[in-house]
Amino acid sequence: MLNDILKILENDARTTPKQIAEMTGMSQAEVSRLIKQALKDRTILKYKAIVNWDQVEDEHVWALIEVKLTPQKDVGFDSVAERIYRFPQTRTVYLVSGTYDLFVLVVGKSNHEIADFVSQKLSHIEGVNETVTQFVLKRYKEDGEIVEGKEEVKRQPVIL
Amino acid sequence: MVSKSKLGVHSKKYHISKRTNQLSPSGIRKFFDLLASIEGVISLGVGEPDYATPWHIVESAIESLEKGQTMYTSNLGMPELRQELARYLQHHYDLQYDPNTELLITVGVSEALDLAMRAILDPGEEVIMPDPHYVAYDACVILAGGKAVTVPTYEEDSFELSAADVEACITDKTRAILIGYPANPTGAVMSREKIAEIAEVARHYGLLVISDEIYAKLVYGVEHTCVAALPDMKEHTILLGGFSKAYAMTGWRIGYAAAPKEIIAAMTKIHQYTMMCAPTMAQVAALEALRSGEESAAEMVEDYGRRRLVMVKGLCDIGLSCFEPKGAFYAFPSIKKTGMTSEEFAEALLKEEKVAVVPGSAFGDCGEGYVRCCYATSMADIEEALTRIKRFVSRHQRS
Repeated sequence: MLNDILKILENDARTTPKQIAEMTGMSQAEVSRLIKQALKDRTILKYKAIVNWDQVEDEHVWALIEVKLTPQKDVGFDSVAERIYRFPQTRTVYLVSGTYDLFVLVVGKSNHEIADFVSQKLSHIEGVNETVTQFVLKRYKEDGEIVEGKEEVKRQPVIL
Repeated sequence: MVSKSKLGVHSKKYHISKRTNQLSPSGIRKFFDLLASIEGVISLGVGEPDYATPWHIVESAIESLEKGQTMYTSNLGMPELRQELARYLQHHYDLQYDPNTELLITVGVSEALDLAMRAILDPGEEVIMPDPHYVAYDACVILAGGKAVTVPTYEEDSFELSAADVEACITDKTRAILIGYPANPTGAVMSREKIAEIAEVARHYGLLVISDEIYAKLVYGVEHTCVAALPDMKEHTILLGGFSKAYAMTGWRIGYAAAPKEIIAAMTKIHQYTMMCAPTMAQVAALEALRSGEESAAEMVEDYGRRRLVMVKGLCDIGLSCFEPKGAFYAFPSIKKTGMTSEEFAEALLKEEKVAVVPGSAFGDCGEGYVRCCYATSMADIEEALTRIKRFVSRHQRS
């Protein structure tokens, strides 16, 4: 039941408990209780909008940074990861398999700001061995949503 | 200079066959024209998913085109597709069909229905079908020279077809019983018991059941019963199915018929002269749908299920009584309390509130007093449409 609610909210976070109740056949009180619990135990982390910043005059530069680490005694990668994800510039931080260890998505106002972050902050953290920075040239799809050129397909209004 | 009348615009210069003229002129034409003239309409009048075809299916067809797979296939359809279809029917219904002799790939269920009628009917022979029913059912019977015999079904019985009523219509000219559950326009699903009773009648009188199961996957909280899978029914059934509704593939025009080999041979004869084969790229897409479309189909059904609850509850709250449709993607509320006919209701609702629904009378006499509302549209549109219908109904409530 919680899964149903989460699927609906993941698709549209503005769906109200009343609407969810109608969509699932659950009572509104039960929906509200489950959502409250999910927020409390951080099953739902946050509600937010997916913004296409290209539409507004506010420059944003995105970079994917591959980070190679040296594991720290007793704490492994987690403490290094934490020192990185605490920086507000980092938007996404994943531990990944493959040729590098951390995948870090960084957003800044300019190339310069990101360069500063990498050279002044990231590379100085103990345990960070090597970084490869890749600037994002174009965002095609963001969190499941096509950014540009999503066309409404017209259906015939009445079909028997 | 050629005058307008010489072009035959209003003349009877061109002879149209009696058979075609026999088809109901579709009183709904006027409604379509009106619809086309109004902007900003929310349509609950559609009969197809609001999803685009899942990308993996589209991609498979594009790849086939790139590879140059652009020729005819065998008349029956691509062997791989027929084999996969046989596996599918075995897996879902425990039905064994020989892909070489008992399956035919068609241009949608529409073509399969037409072929079935032409293959089995001689002039004047009768096909029994429920009223209301999908608009092509009686038309295909008439075009094949047959006669459509309708059996009324009622909201009180959840629009299920009664075996006793069917039996009462059987004459020495009856050849088949044509059913389509889950149903368009009502959303009705036949229970296993009720459909077994129809099957029993068919077996007893040596009739065929032609079962249009295009909505088979779209059921909510109940199981779909495949007629051919009932005991001893395979040899009495022409099973029609397709990909349009479950895999959001309406525009691909691809379906199939599964039937005893003598019937498939007869249908194939007509198919090879009129159609040659179903479009090759659509067959490739259908193959991909069968192989790996289950998950995307299930996701869509889950979503329709949510919208169904919102639509049905919304209509009931407005005071338009609506039996619970357990299949397809239609709700079929009664509008009798407004005192209007279905057509009057649909036309006034469109003019006053810009919401399009389909008058139930388009689907037969028993559809009078009802309208078909499709919930395969966005939740936002459903909610807005319900708000508008509520306003409309409270204005037109008969005091």
